[in-house]
Amino acid sequence: MTCGCCGNQRLPVTYRIAGVKKETEHVTTFTFAVSLGARPGQFVMLWLPGVDEIPMSVANDDGKKLRITFFAVGDTTKKLAKLTKGDLVGLRGPFGTHYAWEPKQHLVLIAGGYGAAPMFFTASEAAKDGCTLTTIVGARSKEHLLYVDAFSSLPRTTVRVATDDGSQGHKGYNVQLLRELLQGKTLRPRSGSTAHAVDQVFACGPEHMLVAVSDLCFEHKVPCQLSLERYMKCGFGLCGNCAVDSSGMRLCVGGPVVKNELARTITEFGKYHRDDLGKKHPL
Amino acid sequence: MNLSQTVLGVTFPNPTVLASGIWGITAASWRRVAENGAGGITTKSLWLTEHKGHPNPTIIATEHWTLNAVGVPDAGIEKAREEIGDYMKGEPAEGHERSRRVPLIANIIANTVEHYGKTAEEIVKLKPDFLEVNISCPNVEDEFGKPFACSVRDASAVTKAVKTVSGTIPVFIKLSPNVDDIGSIASACAEAGADGFTAINTVGPGMAIDLRSRLPILANKVGGMSGPAIKPVAVRCIADVYRATGGKLPIIGTGGAMTGEDAIEFLLAGASLIGIGTAIASRGAEVFRLVCEEMAAWCKAEGITSLTELVGGMHRALSKRLS
Repeated sequence: MTCGCCGNQRLPVTYRIAGVKKETEHVTTFTFAVSLGARPGQFVMLWLPGVDEIPMSVANDDGKKLRITFFAVGDTTKKLAKLTKGDLVGLRGPFGTHYAWEPKQHLVLIAGGYGAAPMFFTASEAAKDGCTLTTIVGARSKEHLLYVDAFSSLPRTTVRVATDDGSQGHKGYNVQLLRELLQGKTLRPRSGSTAHAVDQVFACGPEHMLVAVSDLCFEHKVPCQLSLERYMKCGFGLCGNCAVDSSGMRLCVGGPVVKNELARTITEFGKYHRDDLGKKHPL
Repeated sequence: MNLSQTVLGVTFPNPTVLASGIWGITAASWRRVAENGAGGITTKSLWLTEHKGHPNPTIIATEHWTLNAVGVPDAGIEKAREEIGDYMKGEPAEGHERSRRVPLIANIIANTVEHYGKTAEEIVKLKPDFLEVNISCPNVEDEFGKPFACSVRDASAVTKAVKTVSGTIPVFIKLSPNVDDIGSIASACAEAGADGFTAINTVGPGMAIDLRSRLPILANKVGGMSGPAIKPVAVRCIADVYRATGGKLPIIGTGGAMTGEDAIEFLLAGASLIGIGTAIASRGAEVFRLVCEEMAAWCKAEGITSLTELVGGMHRALSKRLS
C-alpha cells in the first residue's frame, strides 16, 4: 500500500529504478515509475537497503514518474551511484515545504552546484503557470554545471552561467550576477515581458551562497525563498535533529524552503549546523 | 479550568509533558515545544560521553504505530551543560523573544550502574527540575545485554546509584513494559528510593519487513513501538505501577496518548502527568494545546473541577465495586 494520504508515506516502499542517467562525472539521476505527488522544494527519504537512508531533494515529479539527482560525495551516495536500472531503492515522502509563486510572476532562480536539480523542477512548474524566469546556474567549473540545457529549453527563460574558474560564462559566483540584476545593470527578461522588476528570488545551493542571496534580497527588498539544509534523521518531525537555533523550528516540517524573513531569524543560519549527535560544527 | 499540577513541589502549568526522545535535543527545541503548550519538557536521553546512534532508517510509522531504533545518540556532557544551562536561565539566546520556562526533566542514560551515578552527578549540577532515568530503552540491548529495567536487582541498583547523588532533585525511573511484572520492578525501585515513575518506554521491540527487498526496514532490524496502538499497554502498566506502589508515588503516564480523553484515561489509571511524543507527528506541535483543551472540555461536561480527583480514579471505582 503506497497511498500517501493514509500515513504510509512515513514507511519506505521499495521501487525498482526505472532509469539511470549520468549527468556529470559525479552526478547521477534516477528515474522511478511512480509519483509521490511531490512539489518543487520538497524532499524524500531515500533508502538504500542495507546501507542507509538519506534526505534527497526531488528533481522532478510529473504525476507519473519521479526523479532524484544526487552528487556522489559521501559513503551512501557513492554506493547509490553504482546502482543500475532494476535495482531496488526505498522511498517515502514527500516531506517539507515547497517553493510558491503566483502565475505570470517574474522569478529569478539561483542554483548553486547540486541545487540546480530542484531549481529546474521549480522552473519547469513555474513556467507552466506563465512565469518568466531568469536562471543563474553556478558551479566550480564547466564540468560541474548541471541542467543548463534543460533550463534553456523552458519557455520565457533566460539562463546565465557562472563558474568559479571561468571555464564557462561569468568568472566568479552566481550571486554576483544576481547583484547586477537587482541593481538593474544587466539581464532583462526575454521578449514578451514588460516587467523588469523581480517578483521573487528562489535559491538552492550551499549555505554561504544562500546567505549572500538573503542579504542581497533583504537589501533590495525583494521577496525571497531559500532551501535550507540540515542533518535529518526521520524526515517528518519527530526526532528533532533538524530543529534550528534559536526558535527550535524543525526544517523537515517548517522547511526546507523558508521565506527570507524567517531565514534571517534563524540565528545559526550561515554560522553553524549540528550533526547526528546534536553537536555544533561551523559552516 | 485550572489544569496546573504540582508534583513533588514543582508546578506544571498543565499536565502534558514532552516525552523523551521526541524533538528534545536542544534548548531551542524545548522552548519551542513549551511555547506550543507543553506543561513540561523531557530532554532526549543524555549520556556522559559521546554516543553514536544507529544508521537510518531509524524511525518509520503508519497511522497506528511508530517503530524507532534511533539508538540514543548524544553529544555528551558538554552539550548537556550548554543546552540545559541555556534553558534554565529562563531566557532564550539572542534573536528570539523571552519566554517563561516550564519544568525541565533531564533524562539520563548509561551502560553501567556506576555510570548512571556519574552521569546523574554531572547533570544534577545543572539543576534540572527532575531527573528521569532511562533504564528501559530496548535499542541498546545488543550492545549491553538485557536492559536494567528487566531485573529487580539491576533496576534497584541504578535507582540507588542515582539517588545517592541526586540531592534535592526528584528522581523518576522510566520503566519498560517488556517485563513479566512491571509492578515488582516498580516496588523495587520505590524501596531503593525512587521518587516517581515514567511508565512506559516503547513496547516490543517490533519489526517491519520490506516485501521486495525482503529486508527489515530499520537498520537495527528491530525497534521500540510507540503510537496509538500501544495505549492499552501503557494504561495497564500505569495501573500496575500505581497499585504496586500503593498510589503513593507520582507517575508520568506515557504511551500512545493522542487526545484529551486519552489523557483522562491515563490519569484514571494512576498518572499525574501525561507524556506525549509520537502524537506530534499526526496532530502537530499543537497537540499539547489541543489535549489540554479537550481535557478541559471533558471535565466541564462531566462536572470535574480539579484533575486531582481523577488521578487513580479507576482503582477507587474498582474497589468501590468490589466492596
